[in-house]
Amino acid sequence: MSAKEYRTASAARGGLLTVIDAPRVAFGDRVAIRDHHGALRNGQVIRSAEKEVLIQIFEGTDDLDLESTWVRFLDQPLEVALSPELLGRIFNGIGEPKDGRPPIVSSLKRAISGSAINPAARTYPREFIQTGVSTIDGLNALVRGQKLPIFSASGLPHNRLAAQIVRQAKLVDEESSFSVVFAAMGVSYADAQFFKDVFSSSGVLGNVVMYINQADDPPVERLALPRAALTAAEYLAFDLDRHVLVVMTDMTNYAEALREVATAKGDVPSRKGYPGYLYSDLAEIYERSGRIRDRHGSITLVPVVSMPSDDITHPIPDLTGYITEGQIVLSRELHNQGIYPPVHISPSLSRLMKDGIGKDDTREDHPRVANQLYAMYAKAQETRNLASIIGAEELSEQDRRYLEFADQFDKQFVGQEEDEDRSIIETLNLAWELLSMFPKAELTRVSETDLAKYHRSGD
Amino acid sequence: MIQKSSERNKQGVIREINGPIVTIRLPGVRNSEQVLIGDLRLVGEVIALQGEEAIVQAYESTDGVRPGEPVETLGKPLSVELGPGLLGGIFDGVQRPLEALFETSGDHISRGVAPPALDRERAWRFVPDPELAPGMRLERGARIGTVQETKTIEHRILTPPNLSGELMELAPEGDYKLDRCVGRLKGDDGVTHRLYLYHNWPVRLPRPYRQRDHSQKPLITGQRILDTFFPLVKGGKGAVPGPFGAGKTVVQQQIARWSNADIVIYVGCGERGNELVDVLETFPTLQDPYTGRMLMERTLLVANTSNMPVVAREASIYVGLTMAEYYRDQGYDVVMLADSTSRWAEALREVSGRLGQMPVEDGYPAYLASRLAAMYERAGRVVTFLGDKGSVTLIGAVSPPGGDFSEPVTAHTKEIIQTFWALSKELADARHYPSVDWVGSFSDHVNTVARWWHDEVSPHWKRRREQALALLARDAELSRIVNLVGPEALSSAQRWELEGAALIKEGVLQQNALDAVDTFASPKKQFLLLEMMLTIYDKGAGLISLGVPVQELRGLEFMSRARRAKQTYDSDQTEELEAMIKEISDEFARIRVEYTKFQEHAH
Repeated sequence: MSAKEYRTASAARGGLLTVIDAPRVAFGDRVAIRDHHGALRNGQVIRSAEKEVLIQIFEGTDDLDLESTWVRFLDQPLEVALSPELLGRIFNGIGEPKDGRPPIVSSLKRAISGSAINPAARTYPREFIQTGVSTIDGLNALVRGQKLPIFSASGLPHNRLAAQIVRQAKLVDEESSFSVVFAAMGVSYADAQFFKDVFSSSGVLGNVVMYINQADDPPVERLALPRAALTAAEYLAFDLDRHVLVVMTDMTNYAEALREVATAKGDVPSRKGYPGYLYSDLAEIYERSGRIRDRHGSITLVPVVSMPSDDITHPIPDLTGYITEGQIVLSRELHNQGIYPPVHISPSLSRLMKDGIGKDDTREDHPRVANQLYAMYAKAQETRNLASIIGAEELSEQDRRYLEFADQFDKQFVGQEEDEDRSIIETLNLAWELLSMFPKAELTRVSETDLAKYHRSGD
Repeated sequence: MIQKSSERNKQGVIREINGPIVTIRLPGVRNSEQVLIGDLRLVGEVIALQGEEAIVQAYESTDGVRPGEPVETLGKPLSVELGPGLLGGIFDGVQRPLEALFETSGDHISRGVAPPALDRERAWRFVPDPELAPGMRLERGARIGTVQETKTIEHRILTPPNLSGELMELAPEGDYKLDRCVGRLKGDDGVTHRLYLYHNWPVRLPRPYRQRDHSQKPLITGQRILDTFFPLVKGGKGAVPGPFGAGKTVVQQQIARWSNADIVIYVGCGERGNELVDVLETFPTLQDPYTGRMLMERTLLVANTSNMPVVAREASIYVGLTMAEYYRDQGYDVVMLADSTSRWAEALREVSGRLGQMPVEDGYPAYLASRLAAMYERAGRVVTFLGDKGSVTLIGAVSPPGGDFSEPVTAHTKEIIQTFWALSKELADARHYPSVDWVGSFSDHVNTVARWWHDEVSPHWKRRREQALALLARDAELSRIVNLVGPEALSSAQRWELEGAALIKEGVLQQNALDAVDTFASPKKQFLLLEMMLTIYDKGAGLISLGVPVQELRGLEFMSRARRAKQTYDSDQTEELEAMIKEISDEFARIRVEYTKFQEHAH
């Protein structure tokens, strides 16, 4: 560690500090900054040249002056200390305690930037996680090691759904519960408190690590937060052999912080002012989930992404969707009808579902039932559109059956209580109850055996 | 090795680090030359020169690198090793073997390690070409012998395509490791070159060939909407654009599994790690439908997942293409899948942004279109230096932001390629897979491959294909009317047209990649399914004109059986399909007779 302090700051704006005549500083290294009050701030080198170093300051550049700012280059990367003591603790974006307790002391420290998992070292995620939510388990099943975001929008109950998943998620045959890493970026005090209450009331607090940056905390810190949280998750999963569920909310705040710093840095903007490297940057975060060969633990990632103006083509949900293995999309329309959770199944998708369900994992009819429900719901949506134009009275009896199906589906299958923990068998039985509204001949996506076994009609 | 040993590696010093872009001072370095950066010896490539300074893009993360650290040139541009042992392998974007990296550096990829791409410990049975003898003249890209690389692929050992001269010595048949010399050649430059079982080639330089070849054969993928409706030829250029969730990856994986190529190269360029693992874990368990051998024996993977360094992502496509051209030069038909070219283009954008280059469209640099065109131009069917015919078919996935096909990468790609398989979010949402949209897709090869279908499958192929597309177009038109005024407004004949289109969609176009039977359809099966649906439509239309109600025809027993025929009969059961078509025709004829009698009776 270098003891020398430099007082050669030449510019400070937008969370970035330029220091000239600095020594040869390593790219990505940690920096300690002392301001004119004597308070310490944390920074990281984001550009390093022989004569000039650019530092991003996690606490921001507010109230700095150039003359009385002392900069010390710590000669070490941005690291967090890791030990089993992490569980039950609350930290800020760079791993400093936020719960009034002393910092973690451990000889094991890891750089939060991480490094890419070798694709040859991964194993394919295929263990079904039962979340107790029908629209997820039945139609968009989550598997251990998957990254499945919740696409939401302002005013929709994404936090409640995420909390429900955290409370209920379990493996069907295994008692072991998940350890939870919770990463909150730019959330309101109320939202942060909501999650704390959920964790303590469901008795899992001792099994949760929280990284919290509230809306009034400095935005630059949000850039480090998911990385610190995932470094902890990797430690819990791959060193301590735990199954880790990482919930991140809200990735949109993260991306906005990234845009803020990129703009200050003078990066060439691409779509909507976000930097061209937004995709790579998000991928560095999301791709840290997964399973690794010969390791017992896993990282399952459920990020919340709120879609600005409900627009799924906005760069943040768009790029997220290209990286994650599917998405759970919430709908304002269902929400306004009082349906919870308002999961809009048509655009929702789980790419890894196919290998986590079926005979040995859930039940043999599961893949075909899901397919059939999707087909019927798509047809029902068309019928709904038609009915809104020509009126329901004009519809044929067959078409009216689709309308009835869609209504019951939304009410019974999509809708459930916040504390209702449906087993996958209950979900599938419910699906058959709904599908049995149709005669067997109309159900072409399930097999004859399925129909004989599960269709409720007398014949 | 082509590298001249006389050239000493030059030394320089780092000036600035800005993410993957490093500025160095190193007089005399060449553009596109590789360099080792800093004490960590990270590999990078010079992309611009300015005075004594050079701008380098690093293939690895530059965390911890300092100004003032040394840099050293490697004296050659980014090159790949070409020789036996490539097949079945998995490489990163700069051809580092990922299995070997896993052995040496564990779960995560560490920096500054560069094991050779090809295993130096493994010995291969080399059989020299019996017609060669010392003193004979060897043209460039000549065959000096063979190695049985896998059970089905005979690897032809070639001299580098930039080397010709007089053969001085050739090793006898035997087991050789890669770094054992198997021959010597006195080059036309007067220098004696050692020959090995492998050679290096720079990835950004297309490998030369004798000439382009114009004979064309369809690439059969076993996917009905692709082969029957929007065919691609061997050596062609295709693109699969689609928003996320439209099933792009499944389409590409199906092509990788089922296409009738000799070699398949799958380049995962900036895509998901877990999907690559899916390929890695399932391909070794799958059989090649054409040879009965394991699929992995003809496959090689280049994996640069989205979280791996962006510069290596840009390189990965060229690494894949160069290996594809190498097998092409041995006379094989190679399919290369690039998933996704949008990520490649974004890597270009990211680097150009860091260099402060002027962006033109959506932040992309002005050279996007020309780079894309040059990349696709490396596909093609050629006559090799050996006089054989080989091909590289290039299929690029495109991931347009927000599913907007007018964005720059999709728009430029569309101008270059000949087959365009547009994936639609609407179809995917309705779980119509593969979600290839018959309105937005096109193929310039229909007339070229029609002859093949005519000779090999059925003389009616072209007519039936056109009839089906016309019916689908009618369906779109009629559906608009239904949406405005309801189905009651349609005549019986029109309602039967809707039913016919539904039959085509459900019985032919929809194909379940997860169903053991349906996942692959031979050209014959593809045609018979189409024939079956259109037979139902044609015969039914005849009855409707006689006054038979649509409802009655819809309720016929074989209607749902016809829709399931794709899953009931596999590609070998074409006789059963033919029998079923006959049964359907007979049934219609019976109804016709019955109905005419009934009408006469009524009168």
